[in-house]
Amino acid sequence: MTGLTPLAITTLMMPGTDARKVDDFLAGKQFPLVEGPNVTYVWRGDAEGVNLRHWIYGLESASALSRLPHTDLWFLTLDIPEGSRIEYKFEILRNGKAEWIEDPRNPNRARDPFGANSVLQAVGYEAPDWSTRDDLARPGTIDQLVFDSPSLEGRRTVQMYLPARFRRSRQYPLVVVHDGKDYLNYASMKEVLDNLIHRLEIPDVIVAFTDSPDRLREYANDEAHARFLTEELVPDLAARFPLYDRPQARCLMGASFGAVASFSTAYRYPGFWGRLLLQSGSFAFTDIGKRNRRGPLFDRVVEFMNRYRNEPIAISERIFLSCGVYESLIYENRSMVPLLDATGMQVRFVEARDGHNWENWRDRLREGLSWVFPGPLMFVYE
Amino acid sequence: MPKAPRAVVLLGAQRFEPTLAEAVKDLAIKGRLAAITAGWQEREEEDDDLAEHLAPLSVTTENLRLHARAEEVFRADPEFHKAHRERQALLRHRQDFYRIRLEHALDAAQVIRQRQAPEAILEDEAHASIQAIRDLDHMHLSRCAIDRGEFEDRYKPLKRAALAKHRSEIAEIIAGSEGVAIAGGHVASLLNRLDLFGIAPMLGGKAIFAWCAGAMAISDRVVLFHDSPPQGVGAAEVLDAGLGLAPGVVVLPQPEFRLRLDDKERVQLMARRFAPAVCLAMPERSRARWKSGRVESQQGGVFELREDGTHAVSVARHSVPPMKGHVAS
Repeated sequence: MTGLTPLAITTLMMPGTDARKVDDFLAGKQFPLVEGPNVTYVWRGDAEGVNLRHWIYGLESASALSRLPHTDLWFLTLDIPEGSRIEYKFEILRNGKAEWIEDPRNPNRARDPFGANSVLQAVGYEAPDWSTRDDLARPGTIDQLVFDSPSLEGRRTVQMYLPARFRRSRQYPLVVVHDGKDYLNYASMKEVLDNLIHRLEIPDVIVAFTDSPDRLREYANDEAHARFLTEELVPDLAARFPLYDRPQARCLMGASFGAVASFSTAYRYPGFWGRLLLQSGSFAFTDIGKRNRRGPLFDRVVEFMNRYRNEPIAISERIFLSCGVYESLIYENRSMVPLLDATGMQVRFVEARDGHNWENWRDRLREGLSWVFPGPLMFVYE
Repeated sequence: MPKAPRAVVLLGAQRFEPTLAEAVKDLAIKGRLAAITAGWQEREEEDDDLAEHLAPLSVTTENLRLHARAEEVFRADPEFHKAHRERQALLRHRQDFYRIRLEHALDAAQVIRQRQAPEAILEDEAHASIQAIRDLDHMHLSRCAIDRGEFEDRYKPLKRAALAKHRSEIAEIIAGSEGVAIAGGHVASLLNRLDLFGIAPMLGGKAIFAWCAGAMAISDRVVLFHDSPPQGVGAAEVLDAGLGLAPGVVVLPQPEFRLRLDDKERVQLMARRFAPAVCLAMPERSRARWKSGRVESQQGGVFELREDGTHAVSVARHSVPPMKGHVAS
């Protein structure tokens, strides 16, 4: 349906289109309508205006849908690159008010801490089969541990993942995750771990899912947070679980500000965290001046990143970095790659046609986890 | 020089449609086979399927329990356990550093291949690229052998009481068996246990049936491979020397999903890199009798990777000199 083939929506642009023809057009189709690179969004109803709201850096954040004459059908066709996955909502303008809604004709939804968005899956995008429950994969367990942290002056809970075949007589690598509940709830990380372990793509691994009640402060290069993770959490976990005691078996990971927290913690303890998995890191910096366009929330991040960029050093051994090309942070993340690479750290950078969201981070987990901790796939032949 | 095995049969995966019984029948084996399933690690003794498969031939199996025995040795001899763990950590570092060098060598070969230059120069440089990779492989094998030698000199594993007791029991079981079946699984773990108990010299005069990781472990060089890993280019890497009971072959099990045979450059690289050894792909249900560095007979579509980037069903060919392996060294 590309090139010379007219788009399906053009069949409604003939004279005489009425409600029945619109009914016929909508019947049995999946929306948004994906026809090669052309994607047609539709919304039906009475309104003064309808906007497509999305979070694609580089496009207007609001794109108006057009009303099909003599009908209540609104539509917009965009050229969307292959493999894209785009989260969006419709903004309905009625009686001088704007209401953001999910697309009622699209069953694909992505949940996040703020609710849910509709999801456009362009040609070539497929939700990974390793992100949903596989009955053949033995499920690991998740239990809650409570820590009293002197550094953070309070009590913290950590969700501990143990692999299905966990044995006290064995030793395991450790992954410490920022925004742990979100990774579990919105990035299906428990299922991903179960499946990747089952497929031998990562080794049996112990994972600590941590959370912060004040992430914008604690994750923005905070000394107390780094101390908690490195000097309190890891030794405590090592006393409770059979962990390898070497940097190559310790990974710190996070997304957005969680990536900054991971990176800045590793910076404060160079050589301790031998593996880093950083997704859509908010690595804001300036080339001149001290304030970044992103505002005061980023001031401490900017100060840290400018310092690091001025004197980059190897702080870990192996870093996985990923970012969506539809995020404004793609600039910062791309610019990190040569910087990190030049220090002698092994860096793998992956881009995706996606935005700053949990399913993007879910979809990159396979490449990321298997890069920081390659599984026994190359070793098992049976 | 240890006595050679009576026969060496390499088999494809046995998990779903086993063909071991056919191979055992062909060699007119009666009585008992010693079974090595250490590649299954903690599941080592879950070998009921193997016993059932051979039961119609009135062939029984006795599991050598190499994995479990090793754990018993480690419990009984903590000093040795600690030393062994340290050696394993050293080997992991060796593998990691070798892999870093290897990836750079492969990248260099790729960059050179893309360059514009007179054909003769490119051909010469392609040979140099392969040679650089082969040199790395050999260096890695040499370093592993040195590490192994130093460990053996220092800790004399076979003379340690806890280990010697088990080794004596193992030798007795093998001596009373007509052959040995070596199953697949985790190839490094399997190789480690075979090496730990010094199994190779016990196999003289026996019929050896080995599949997947087992077949890799009895060759003279274990090559880890997967052309479509979850990330990265999937660079094949040498793990270590094998037992050297099937010299001159690089065994490639599960080619159905591990090899990209449509990628001529990959096939070519693999074949040239390990030549003169034969890169022998062993699909499910396939089997080959390996003798004097060549396929003596085969069933079920065993095929070889060729230096021109093609692959073809294996046929008898000239013998290949063995590499230095555990037996030969």
